[in-house]
Parts: sequence; C-alpha cells; structure tokens
Amino acid sequence: MSATPTMDYSQRPKYIAATWSLTKVRMLLAMRNRAFFFFSLMMPMLFLIGAVIFIHQKGGFVSQYILGVLLTWTVMGSFWGVSVQLVTFREQGILRRFRLAPVGAGPMLASSILSNYAMAVPTLLIEVLVCRYVLHIRNWGNPLGLFLLVTFGCAAFSAFGLIVASVTNTMQETQLINQLIWLGFLFLSGATIPLDSFPPWIQHAALFSPATYLAVGLETASMGTILWKDLATDIGGLAITLWAAFEISRRLFRWEPEAKVSKRAKLWVLAALIPIFAFGIAENHNGGYLKRTDANLKLLSQANREMTPQSQNHPQPSNSN
Amino acid sequence: MTAPVIEVTDLYKSYGPVEAVRGLSFSVEEGEVFGLLGPNGAGKTSTVEMLEGLRVPDRGTVLVCGLDPQKTGDRFKERVGAILQSTNLPDKIRVKEAIELFAELYHKHGDTNELLRRFQLTEKSSAFYKNLSGGQKQRLALAMALVNNPQVVFLDEPTAGLDPQVRREIYDIIEDLRRAKKTVLITTHYIEEAERLCDRVAIVDSGRVIAHGTPRELKQKSAGNTRIEVRLARPPANGALAHIDAVSDYRELDGTYVLRSSRPPQTIVALVKHLEAEGNELQSLEMFSPTLEDVFIELTGRRLRE
Repeated sequence: MSATPTMDYSQRPKYIAATWSLTKVRMLLAMRNRAFFFFSLMMPMLFLIGAVIFIHQKGGFVSQYILGVLLTWTVMGSFWGVSVQLVTFREQGILRRFRLAPVGAGPMLASSILSNYAMAVPTLLIEVLVCRYVLHIRNWGNPLGLFLLVTFGCAAFSAFGLIVASVTNTMQETQLINQLIWLGFLFLSGATIPLDSFPPWIQHAALFSPATYLAVGLETASMGTILWKDLATDIGGLAITLWAAFEISRRLFRWEPEAKVSKRAKLWVLAALIPIFAFGIAENHNGGYLKRTDANLKLLSQANREMTPQSQNHPQPSNSN
Repeated sequence: MTAPVIEVTDLYKSYGPVEAVRGLSFSVEEGEVFGLLGPNGAGKTSTVEMLEGLRVPDRGTVLVCGLDPQKTGDRFKERVGAILQSTNLPDKIRVKEAIELFAELYHKHGDTNELLRRFQLTEKSSAFYKNLSGGQKQRLALAMALVNNPQVVFLDEPTAGLDPQVRREIYDIIEDLRRAKKTVLITTHYIEEAERLCDRVAIVDSGRVIAHGTPRELKQKSAGNTRIEVRLARPPANGALAHIDAVSDYRELDGTYVLRSSRPPQTIVALVKHLEAEGNELQSLEMFSPTLEDVFIELTGRRLRE
C-alpha cells in the first residue's frame, strides 16, 4: 500500500487549490439538489413571471425599474441556500470529516460563496434577458454597474448566510431566522416598498442595512441613471459587508453542532461589525441614498403618469455617466 | 531505539460532570497495530479524537509523529488518516468525486484510481454515496483515510455494525496496513478484532487503561484458565461452586455461572458430582479457551458488551 505513487501538489497555492476543489463539488451537489432548483431557479422565475404579467402592458421604463427589483430579490436570496447547506452538513456530521483534512474554515466558506455565485448567474442572466426581450426594456441600463453590483451583492449576502449558519444548530432554526432576515431585507431596503413610504427613522435605520445599498444600486443601475461615484459607494458598502460577514462567519465557524464559540471569536464579531456601522453613519450623514431613492421614484411616477397602455412615449432615462 | 510514533501521557477529558478519560497513558511504536479495547463509554472515542486533534484535552499531553495535534494543524493532518465513528458524506456525491475531492485537499496524495481498485470500489465509482451499502461506505471511508498515504492511521470502531463478511474484508485491509508498516491505532469492543489484528492492546474501562500488553501476554495474565459457563435448573447454594476442584474464580453473569479452571476435566467431574449431591440439574455447559474478554471480566467483573 505504501508503494502507491504519490503526486506532489506542494507548488500550488494550497488555499486556492482547496477552495477551487470544494467549489467544483459544491456546484455539482447543488445541481443535483431539488431544493436548490426550487429556491434558486423556480422561485425567481415565479417572481419574473409575476412581473411579466403585471407590467407587460406598461413596458419600457417601468420594466427597467422592475429589472432592478427582480435582480435585488434574487441576489438577496443568496444567503438562503448557503446557510441551509452549511447547517445540513454540520448536522449530518459531514463537516467533521472535512475537519480531519488539511483544510480550514476559510476555503470551506469561500467555496460556498463562489459556488453560490456561479449558480446564481444563470438565473440573473435569464431575468435580464426576459426583461430585455419579453418586457422590452429600452436599454441594458448600466451593464458594468449591474455586473459589479450583482457580483458583490451575491458574495456579500452569501457571506451573510454563513453567519446565520454559524449561529444556528438545526435546519428549523436556520429556516426561521432566514425567514425573519429575508422579510427584513425585502421590506426595509426599498426592494418591495419604496423607502419613501416609511417614517424617517426607519429610512435612517435602513441605511445601516447592506440590502439598501444593493436595492438602490441595482434599481439605479438598471435604469441607467447611476453615477460612477454612487456605484463606487454601493460597491464599497457591499464590499465592506462581504469582508465583515466573511470574517465573522470564519471566526464563528463550527465543525460540529456541540462546539461552542469562544469569547475571543465573539469579540472579533463585534470588531468586524464596526465598518458596517461606520458606513451606515457616514451615509446617514451625507444622505446620498435617500436622495437617490427619491429620484428613482420620481422618475418612475413621472413615467407612470406619462404612460398609457397604448402609449409608447416613455420618458428616456438620462444616463448621467 | 526510535521514539514512539504515538505518545499519550496522563490524558484527561470531561464533558460537564462526566469524566470520559481519567489519566490515560500509552505509547505506540512505528509500524505497530495498537488496539484500545473496552466497552461502550470507556473513553476510547474521546481518546482517539484527542489524538486526531478533534477534541482538546483538559490535561495531559498527546504527541503523534512528534507533533501536538492542537498546535501543528495542517502539518499534523498531512501525516495522519482516520476513520471516525460517526461521520458522513453528502448523499449525492459520487464515490469517485469524494475520493478525488479529499485527495486534492492534501499536498501529496496517492493515485485515486488505484485506491478505488484496492478497495473494490471501481464498479461503484459513479454511485451516489447514499446508494452504497454499509460495507461499501466503510471501504470508501478507509480509502479516504489512506488517500494521503499517511504515516499513522486511526480507526475508530471500523467494523461496528457491519456483517461478518464485510468485517473480514476490513480485517484484510488492516492486515495490509500492517504489512505496509503503517502505524495503526484501532478502537474496538470486539474481542476477535483485537486478538486477530493487534500487536498490542490496552484494555480501557471508565477512562483508564486497566491492562496492556500483547494479546498473548494479557491472556496469560488470566492464568491460562479455561472458562466454563454453566446454566443450572436452580441457583446453587451461595458460593458453593467456588469450592469445586481446580476452580480459581467463580462469578454469576446474567444467570450463567462462570467458572475458571486450570484443570477443566477434573472441574467438570467435580461439578457434576456436586450438582447430583445437591439435587440440582445441569442445563447447559460450554467451555472456552481464555480470551481478552476473560481478562476484562477478571479485572472488572463485567462483560465487554454490558
């Protein structure tokens, strides 16, 4: 048995190699999972069909706005699958087996994020293509902005899901917390109900939520009205969220259900939250997001006023870039 | 003389009020198959999981290949392989994918096709994990434990719950490991397994090593006595069987009377005479050569399976 030939991979960067190997397998497992197809493909498609039915008569600019909302819902849903998978793996003793191998929490978590992103891309592409060719949006918005926001958004919200998985022990707990967070993200980001409709204190509180950066960013980018500096702010917010959430989940990572989180790890969690709070405080101070949501809604209501189902005279969104 | 490959000194581990391991010490030499034999709850799994780096000892030291599993991380993991008592793989991972995935996690690894062939998994290489039988899952676990060509292999109850045929297959694989000069630590509560496979055995009970040595040495400690197990129509007079000719030890276990005798024929003749005199009746009589179970019973007054 000792005579078996050995292959030396010591020259490869080890963490990258491990992350890539785990990512490939996670993608294969996701494609074989019915629940994955339902939550990651079927649910967004149901929203899309709903959107098609709802705004088919309106078309144009409204579709353009709706594309941003659809993409936001799909990207925010990223946290759902990764948290469920990680908790299942821990509950079933699968993570225990990985713990024996020379692979740390970093590659395990990074592979979750990467595979989730790779599996979300087809759904997001379908949404864009349906909006373009079925709902007849007038242009592609800001494609680079959409791509960057979708990429950072998927990664940041997946990392958020990994935090959920770190603090829950069972599938039931995970599903419950996911539901609460999902509803919070949906309703307090402007992705479902415009932020303008809420009392001012909720609007200000929403600026601490990464869901707001994503929702406002995608809506503005899909309408093609996003400024580069605003795009940089949105991506900066999501990048900070990604870093903080990844770091928190890495510190809280547990290979086994009965493992306890150390006090030191808990302190790291608090430290990692500081940049998100700082970002929220800065945005509350300069008020850029609230102005942008206001501007987006004004454009949308103006379009609604000017449009009739027969009319094709949609207002042309001005691309400020 | 080279340093032991595994060295455990004064190891302690508690889970709340339960003391699972209480001052356990032993060492394993290179190329040795070493067994931790004991009943369920004896502290075997806690011990082996501390050796694998999965659990942190409360007290004591553990060295494997001169490395502390808690402090040397990946350097340690590259040198060991293990089968855990309770573990799993994703239901829908294929056999070949699983073994290739784990191979890719190590700097150096063996030929995965060769491992599949060696463990008779080639035909099942495309099968999902959930569709494998218990034996096939255990063969896959063994293949994965050896994927990095480890210096030390930990096998925690590797044949528990498997049918005799599969158990024999696993024994053959462990014999192969011995021939390949691997250092193997195996935990078990099967006497046959310990006697057949292990060069040396430590008998563990209540978190402590209560005896250790080669299986032969341990059985000799049982004074070479034959075990005679009898069932009677009525319970004998209190302690009467202990005074029968050549009986060195006498116990009652679950309604069976266990006698140890250095001269079995004389004991049986004397026993039959005694029962006739008492008006009692012999319902069954079985004789056994000394086993490690006898050593365990002598030391603890209990059977291994209790």
